Amino acid sequence: MSAAQAVNAAPSRNLAQDRLTHLQRLEAESIHIFRETVAETENPVMLYSIGKDSSVLLHLALKAFAPGKLPFPLLHVDTTWKFREMIAFRDQRAKELGLDLLVHTNPDGLARGVGPISHGSEVHTDVMKTQALRQALDQHKFDAAFGGARRDEEASRAKERIVSLRTAQHRWDPKRQRAEPWHLYNMRKKRGESLRVFPLSNWTELDIWLYIEQENIPIVPLYFAKERPVVERDGQLLMVDDERLPLNPGETPQMRRVRFRTLGCYPLTGAVESPAATLPEIIGETLAARTSERQGRVIDKDGAGAMERKKQEGYF
Amino acid sequence: MTIHQSPEAFGYEAFLAAHQRKEVLRFIACGSVDDGKSTLIGRLLHDTKQIFDDQISALQRDSRRHGTQGQEMDLALLVDGLQAEREQGITIDVAYRFFSTEKRSFIVADTPGHEQYTRNMATGASTADVAVILVDARQGLTRQTRRHALLVSMLGIKRIALAINKMDLVGWSQTKFEEILAGFTDFTKNLGFAEVRAIPLSAKNGDNVVLPGTAATWYAGGTLLSYLEDVPVHEEALAAPFRMAVQWVNRPDSEFRGYSGRIASGQVRPGDSVTIAPNGRTSTVARIYTADGDLAVAGEDQSVTLVLADQVDASRGNVIAATDRPMQVSDTLDVRLFWASESPLAPGAALLAKIGTVTTNATVTAIRTRIDPETGQPGPAEQLTANDIADVTLTLDRPVAFDAYAENRETGGLILIDRETTDTAALGLVQAPRKADGGARIPTTTEVAGKAKPQQGGFLAKLRGLFGG
Repeated sequence: MSAAQAVNAAPSRNLAQDRLTHLQRLEAESIHIFRETVAETENPVMLYSIGKDSSVLLHLALKAFAPGKLPFPLLHVDTTWKFREMIAFRDQRAKELGLDLLVHTNPDGLARGVGPISHGSEVHTDVMKTQALRQALDQHKFDAAFGGARRDEEASRAKERIVSLRTAQHRWDPKRQRAEPWHLYNMRKKRGESLRVFPLSNWTELDIWLYIEQENIPIVPLYFAKERPVVERDGQLLMVDDERLPLNPGETPQMRRVRFRTLGCYPLTGAVESPAATLPEIIGETLAARTSERQGRVIDKDGAGAMERKKQEGYF
Repeated sequence: MTIHQSPEAFGYEAFLAAHQRKEVLRFIACGSVDDGKSTLIGRLLHDTKQIFDDQISALQRDSRRHGTQGQEMDLALLVDGLQAEREQGITIDVAYRFFSTEKRSFIVADTPGHEQYTRNMATGASTADVAVILVDARQGLTRQTRRHALLVSMLGIKRIALAINKMDLVGWSQTKFEEILAGFTDFTKNLGFAEVRAIPLSAKNGDNVVLPGTAATWYAGGTLLSYLEDVPVHEEALAAPFRMAVQWVNRPDSEFRGYSGRIASGQVRPGDSVTIAPNGRTSTVARIYTADGDLAVAGEDQSVTLVLADQVDASRGNVIAATDRPMQVSDTLDVRLFWASESPLAPGAALLAKIGTVTTNATVTAIRTRIDPETGQPGPAEQLTANDIADVTLTLDRPVAFDAYAENRETGGLILIDRETTDTAALGLVQAPRKADGGARIPTTTEVAGKAKPQQGGFLAKLRGLFGG
């Protein structure tokens, strides 16, 4: 058919038809991690952030335990600053799949009215995400939490293990990381300690998109380009989702064809101008992309080593 | 050229198909900062277009602050991860890097070259298909090169790319290149490598890394990337006997009972006779269940759920194995240990051993011999300290199923866990059981490596027989 396929066609030998693709091996590895964790921990939970990585994570979890049901609940830490389409998508997926979905918001932060605009991204992330996550994990006594972080996202994550030990205070100690040879994960921990488990560690952004396409995984429509109202602020395109975003003097929302490469709290997540309205177009754009996906996130720019510091404090 | 073409060039459909059909190669990069290892990995990432504009601008900023290349962009900073490490100017842990071409995706285990980090290198090598060993052309082979070669051979890596770096600084001397290769070949002749491919390159300038260099007119071989794209992978694991450790018994209702696991090696088909190790009961595979439908055949590295024809009592910790190629079962294991803990290990120490999906109590009943990390020669040892390599005997609280590591990396590798701290204290490679004639025979590195050749009748063995390799 195409030159690319001709190049990829394996030479004729008896093992050829059994060759696994990169995506098949990634999938198998992630499924293995899910099963190991469920077998070796008492009360696991999956952190569900509604983004594309969470969609893939959920898809893999369902596969790992089929035909049985998901043997753990999902937890969404709701900062109250998610796009409306994200919340609608979350609720719809939970209903369709019959998921046990827990939603937690930091009541203290809510009472104090902590938000990204009034308090800045650092305080907001700390109170509404990091502290909220700790509260929820403590409240439900979860001893393992699955997350969708990938090693290709940020330099400090490249060295994080698939299974990462956290102290009773949820701190990560980069010096006390466990070796993970072969596919052997040490899930032992002391009382009060917990594990963060990252089944997508070895996936790249491109892998995620290719897999979403291959498996036809539903994702939030915000990933696809559409005319949306945006304002330009500090070099970022911010979508005006509703009245939660106060406009600065002189700012008028303009309709632009934009999409999101990453979805976080909405004033912290910039949109990109893009014509990509289908998965193949997004994949093409991802490969040709000249900026990395976390660029849309203000949080990574809170100073050198920002992500590493946040991780030590217990941010996922 | 196999770097990403733009999707527009030949249509999205073909583009998607190509990328969704890619294979993966995992390799370990061995060398020190001085050999230019971080620069080499940075170069692979940069020249295969994995680096984005914003990362480049961050790199230019960082190069001025931390770089060692003056005003030039220091590609090594692309891969030097944690802040603390960056300030020390060294890489101190295993980091994983990713890049891809249209042929393959690559996962690079980037491990430190310093003597005290044996554990990290062993970890990175444990899942690698290929090792890229870096040599500084000016220095030639060093003690460290020998240690790296020995270590990756112990960990079962069969294919080596000997990246002779900084060739620009020795005037692309063919004599120098050949001298290094000859020395390496001589040193590794007993290490059981199936292939050593030497490539003269300059990571700093990019010659022969991704793009061919023109300076070495005498060199007709390909680039490092072309080697990594074409080297055969996964064949030993596929040709090995079927093994799958049971992770999870999936029993959603009385109608369905399946054993979930990741196939460690070999292939399985419905109708195959399998034995549950260690208890030895035999059954037949009825179905290979996956969420995407039943499979007619499944092979190494696939996660599946097996339904057996009989009501056998299998549970987590058991291994489902090909009946005609049984596993070994014992409560006493001879193990080559990579001791990682800061506390020393003395005979009599009680730990936990995790092998496959079983975790048992384990007592180190003897430290038989300490292995010199540079020569592989055995020597006496009373206790082990961090990063020692030694052959020990473990006594477990129950018999477990295993294969010799030299025959099967997945079913012959184990970890030891400190019961008090819960930290991983050691990596272990299970050795072939000693002969029954008294047990005094201690396998040397050469012997272990010799055994590491693919089994008789294996696919590769046949190939080698055909080509006289």
